[in-house]
Amino acid sequence: MTEMSGADMVVQALVDLGVDTVFGYPGGAVLPIYDALYKHPTIKHILVRHEQAATHAAEGYARSTGKPGVVLVTSGPGATNAVTGITDALMDSIPMIVLTGQVPTTLIGTDAFQECDTVGITRHCTKHNYLVMDPDRLGPILHEAFHIATHGRPGPVVIDIPKNVQVATGTYSVPEIIQHASYRPQIEPDAGAIAAAIDMIAAAERPVFYTGGGVINAGPGASAALRQLVSLTGAPITSTLMGLGAFPADDPKWLGMLGMHGTYESNMAMNRADLIIAVGARFDDRVTGRLDAFAPEAKKIHIDIDRSSINKIVPVDLAIAGDAGRALDALVAAWADKGHKARDYGEWWRRIDGWRAARCLDFPEKKDAAAEIMPQRAVRALFDATRGRDPIITTEVGQHQMWAAQHFGFSAPNRWLTSGGLGTMGYGFPAAVGAQIGNPNRLVVCIAGEASLQMNIQEMGTAAQYRLPVKIFILNNEWMGMVRQWQELTYESRYSNSYSDSLPDFVKLAEAYGWTGLRIDTLGELEDGIQAMLDTPGPVIVDCRVAKLANCFPMIPSGAAHTDMILQPSDVTGTMDDEAKALV
Amino acid sequence: MKITTEAGERHVLAVTVDNEAGVLAKITGLFTARGYNIESLTVADITADHALSRITIVTSGPPPIIDQIIAQLDRLVPVHKVVDLADHEAHVEREIALVKVAGTGDKRIEALRMADVFRAKVVDTTLTSFIFEITGNSDKVDRFIALMRECGLVEVGRTGVVAIARGAEAL
Repeated sequence: MTEMSGADMVVQALVDLGVDTVFGYPGGAVLPIYDALYKHPTIKHILVRHEQAATHAAEGYARSTGKPGVVLVTSGPGATNAVTGITDALMDSIPMIVLTGQVPTTLIGTDAFQECDTVGITRHCTKHNYLVMDPDRLGPILHEAFHIATHGRPGPVVIDIPKNVQVATGTYSVPEIIQHASYRPQIEPDAGAIAAAIDMIAAAERPVFYTGGGVINAGPGASAALRQLVSLTGAPITSTLMGLGAFPADDPKWLGMLGMHGTYESNMAMNRADLIIAVGARFDDRVTGRLDAFAPEAKKIHIDIDRSSINKIVPVDLAIAGDAGRALDALVAAWADKGHKARDYGEWWRRIDGWRAARCLDFPEKKDAAAEIMPQRAVRALFDATRGRDPIITTEVGQHQMWAAQHFGFSAPNRWLTSGGLGTMGYGFPAAVGAQIGNPNRLVVCIAGEASLQMNIQEMGTAAQYRLPVKIFILNNEWMGMVRQWQELTYESRYSNSYSDSLPDFVKLAEAYGWTGLRIDTLGELEDGIQAMLDTPGPVIVDCRVAKLANCFPMIPSGAAHTDMILQPSDVTGTMDDEAKALV
Repeated sequence: MKITTEAGERHVLAVTVDNEAGVLAKITGLFTARGYNIESLTVADITADHALSRITIVTSGPPPIIDQIIAQLDRLVPVHKVVDLADHEAHVEREIALVKVAGTGDKRIEALRMADVFRAKVVDTTLTSFIFEITGNSDKVDRFIALMRECGLVEVGRTGVVAIARGAEAL
C-alpha cells in the first residue's frame, strides 16, 4: 500500500501491468497524467495527430503483438474523437484500454468546458467502462480493466478519470489475482462437447473448417493447433477476413477467404458441406449471404468464447463455449485418443477442384510495359516482392482491402490488420504506425486506397516524428471504388459523390512531411517501383496508379446466396429490387 | 488533496413520459451522465391506451441539484411533466416487498407474529419457509426486513417507491 496521486497511480499501474507504449494526445483534463509521464524511464508515449488515430494505432499495436493497446486522451473532444476506434475495437475484438480525462467531479453535469458524458457515449461501444470518482478506487479499476479487456472475448475498456481524481491522493497496491465478481467467461471447453464434436467430424463426408478472428485472438498456439487439426482430419478450410493468417494460404487444403468477396470454391464448399466447424467466427452477414440459403445441408459446430455469438444468427447443432485455442488443443487430443484417421475425402475434393477450376480470382489484364496496372496485379506484385520478409500488412477499407485479402497470401497470424466489423476508412495507416511501434524491425506496409488514406493522413507527422519506416502503398484509382462498384451494381452507374476529386499530389505531400514519395504509372514500372519502396529507408508513400474502373470480383450481392456469386463484370445487371437495395 | 461530497435531502419525483422505446434509457442515462443519485426508480404505463408511463424516482441531493434534476428531466423531449412531491404538502408513498424467511420452531413463530404486527400477508408457505408481502412506506419496509434478518431472512424483492399527492387534484 502506497499513498500517491491518482496520476501517479495511473502510471504505476501501467508499469505494473507491463505496458511499454501509450498512444495519446494531451489536453487540459489529462495534464496531471501527462506530467506523471514526463520523462518516464520505461513508458513510451507516442504523440499522434488526432485521437482517432491513437485508437487505431493501439489496435494495430495490439493485433500485431498480442498485447493490449493503451490510449490516453483528454475529456470532451479527445474522448469523442476516440469513439470510432473504440467501436472498431469492439467489433473486431481487440484488447484496448482507453484512459480519458474528465472534468473534476465537482463540475460533472454542469456542461463544463470540454465536458462530455464519456461513460454514457461509450456505454454501447465498449466491453466495459468506468467513471472513477474516488482515487482509492483507481488502482483496482485499472487492474480490473486490463483483466476485462484481455480475458474472454477481448475488447475495449474505457476508464474516465476526473481531473481532481488525478490530483487527489489515495492508496495504491498491486492486486494479487484478479477474480471479477461477475465476469467469468468460460475458457475451458466442455469435454463432452469436444467428444461429440470429434464424432461428428469423424462421421462427416463433406466437412469444412470455417475459422475467424477468434483463432488469431487466442494466440499463436491456436493457429498451430488449427493446422494440426486440419492436417489430422484432412478437411478443407476457409476463413473470414479477420481470420486470415491462422492457416497458411499456400496449403492445398486452403480454400481462400469466404463470404461476399470470398472465393467461389470456399462459398460453394460452405453451401454443399455436410458439416461446418466454425471456430472463433460469428456468422457475420458478409459471410453468410442470404440466411435461408446458408449451408442448407450442413450440421454446424460452433466454438466461440462469446456464448452470445452462438445461435445468434445461425442455429447450430453443437455449441462449444470456450477459448478457441483450448478447444482446438482438446479436439487434437481427442482425435488421437479415439484413434481416428484422416478420411478419404476424395469425392469431396474432386468437387472442390471443380469449383477451383472456375479460377475465380483471375482478372483480365494487358501485359505490355506501358499498360495500366490492374489493382489485383499490384497486390500480387507486392506479395511476390515481400515473400520471405514476413511483412505486416494493414489496409484501409474498400476495394483495395478486398483485393489485398484475395491476392496477398498470409502464412502466419498477427500479420494481417484490417477493420472487418466496423469497416472503418482511416484505420489502416494509423494501425500501421502502431504495428511498426510494436515491431520496430519488421516490414510494415499499409495497402491503402487514395480516399481512405485521406481520413487519417495527418499521421504522416507521427511517423516522421518517431522515424517509423512504414510504407504506404496506395492503389490509386481516383474513386471511392467500393461505393462506385455498388452504384454500378444497384444504381445504374449514377456516380453520386464517389469520385475522389482534388486529390493531393501524394509525392509532394510525402516530401512536405519529410517522407520519400514515389509514383508508379505503368505495369513496366511496377516491380521496380515496389523494390524502390522496399529499398528506401524511412517512411515511404507509393502512389501506384491503377486501372480506374476495375471492380472487385467475385462478389455475392447483398441478400444473395453463396451459390449466386457474380464472377465477372459482365454478370452485373446494373439495378436491384428495393429489398436488395435496402440491405447493407 | 481529498475529495469530499455534499450531503443531500431525499426527494420523490413523479415523471410522466411517452411510453416509447428508449425513454427509460434516456432518463437513467441523464442521471449517470450528470452524476445524480437514484435511490429507487419504478416505471409502468398508466393510461388505457398505453400512451403514457409514470416514472417515480427517489433521488437525493442538495436543493440546487434537485432543482437542476427537475429542469434537466423536464427538458427531455418525451417527458410531459415532472413533479417534486416534496413540494406538495402531503403525499402518499408506498412500496411492496416480498420477503422470504426460512426456519423452524420458535423463529418461525416469531416471524409470523411480527408479520402480523406489520400487517404483512403470508403469500406462500412451506413447512420451513414463508413468503411475506408487506406494503408501506420505505421506512416501514426497511424496519420489517431488519427484523426478519433475525428470523431467518433468505431473500428480498422490493418494487421501489410509487407516490401520489393527497387531495382531489391530479398532478
